[in-house]
Amino acid sequence: MKLLNQKVCDIDAAVADIPEGATIMVGGFGSPGTPFALLDALLASGQRNLTLIKNDANEPGIGIGKLIEAGRVKRLITSHLGLNRTAIEAMNAGEMQVTFHPQGLLAEKIRCAGVGHGGFLTDIGLGTEIAEGRHEIDIKGCTWAIEPALQADVALVHAERADRYGNLIYRATASNFNPLMAMAAERVIAQTYRIDEPGDLPIDTIHTPCAFISHVVQVDRASSQQGVRPHDL
Amino acid sequence: MISDQQRMLTRAAREVIDGQIVNLGIGLPTRLFHYLPDDMNVLVHSENGVLGCRPRQAGEAPDIDMIDSGGTYITTRPGASVFDSATSFAMIRRSRVDVTFMGAFEVDQEGNLANWKIPGKFSPGIGGAMELAQKVARLVVLCSHNDKHGNPKILTRCQLPLTASRCVSRIITEKAVMDVTPEGLEVVEIAEGLSVEALRETTDAPLLIDESRLGRF
Repeated sequence: MKLLNQKVCDIDAAVADIPEGATIMVGGFGSPGTPFALLDALLASGQRNLTLIKNDANEPGIGIGKLIEAGRVKRLITSHLGLNRTAIEAMNAGEMQVTFHPQGLLAEKIRCAGVGHGGFLTDIGLGTEIAEGRHEIDIKGCTWAIEPALQADVALVHAERADRYGNLIYRATASNFNPLMAMAAERVIAQTYRIDEPGDLPIDTIHTPCAFISHVVQVDRASSQQGVRPHDL
Repeated sequence: MISDQQRMLTRAAREVIDGQIVNLGIGLPTRLFHYLPDDMNVLVHSENGVLGCRPRQAGEAPDIDMIDSGGTYITTRPGASVFDSATSFAMIRRSRVDVTFMGAFEVDQEGNLANWKIPGKFSPGIGGAMELAQKVARLVVLCSHNDKHGNPKILTRCQLPLTASRCVSRIITEKAVMDVTPEGLEVVEIAEGLSVEALRETTDAPLLIDESRLGRF
């Protein structure tokens, strides 16, 4: 783990030593909370055979969609690809393996890794196709399925604000998987619009304590504009 | 002239009780949003991590950090909160969401629901549907009575992979409002101008109908 006073770094340096074949968690539900600038830096950095863990595949041409289209993603662990037809095509063509989990189980598998547990017991999906291959146990007459925790080598997360020790604050629905992933990887790289001095963030508004964070990278607010969707009223 | 979908949504809005927490699935149920009166004490939950969604008002600029689970830019109402995905699904699994409205490919007389996968044709992943279907206290299906080829969607037994078994409480289509009961599907309301025979012809599941008590909508 990085020392508290050595976490702020340049974005390219932050992603440069992610190895080929790494397993990488990526925050975000759709666009909000997606670390777009870190993903662009990862694309430029060139690592291949990646396993990505993200709730969804963003949309064609943005976020992890760019990495998938560049053939850099060997495997995707996700809950839903509905908004990304190119990801569905890559899956159907066998160019990318996809593992689906129900969304709340995906979140909980990540949360479990983040709190240092090996897994949890659930009744979600018992008797359905999702349950195939899971271990089940009986406790006091109830059947439960065992869901192992899901760890990663690296997590890329997005926060609205941070301080240079790595305390993080998320905003609105840009929170989603970010605080869970920020605890669940060996190395956690946080991008943020603004890096304050320690003591500047009100201590009772911090969502992720700095202990979990390895690197803090300042990014331009404009980097998130690629995630803005056309919209109607 | 009011469309079938507007009629279904108007009818579905009457399912929501003042004071409830409500989840709206992708597709037609999302539009129910616009049918819930502002003065009701209702909080709309969206599984990406918000309780208390409200549609954006005309002219209100979108906040790019504020979407619902369908990706639409939203805003919030007084009493709203935002939270992470684990907390969002804790609310669902602990049945703290009172009612959810979902679409369906198939639903059957036992209340089994299939709405996430058509093997070989459509498999984008289940998202949050499984946990919502299994755990929310009351699940109302809001779907067309027949598919685009005219085939029945209200079946004796679902054929597609299930989202959850025995999870549906009520089904609202453009043709009828049906309750799942231990005896089978009971029609409680039928569309204005539709005959009981015409309803049975377009439905695969056997229907329990007491014409003396049948409402119209």
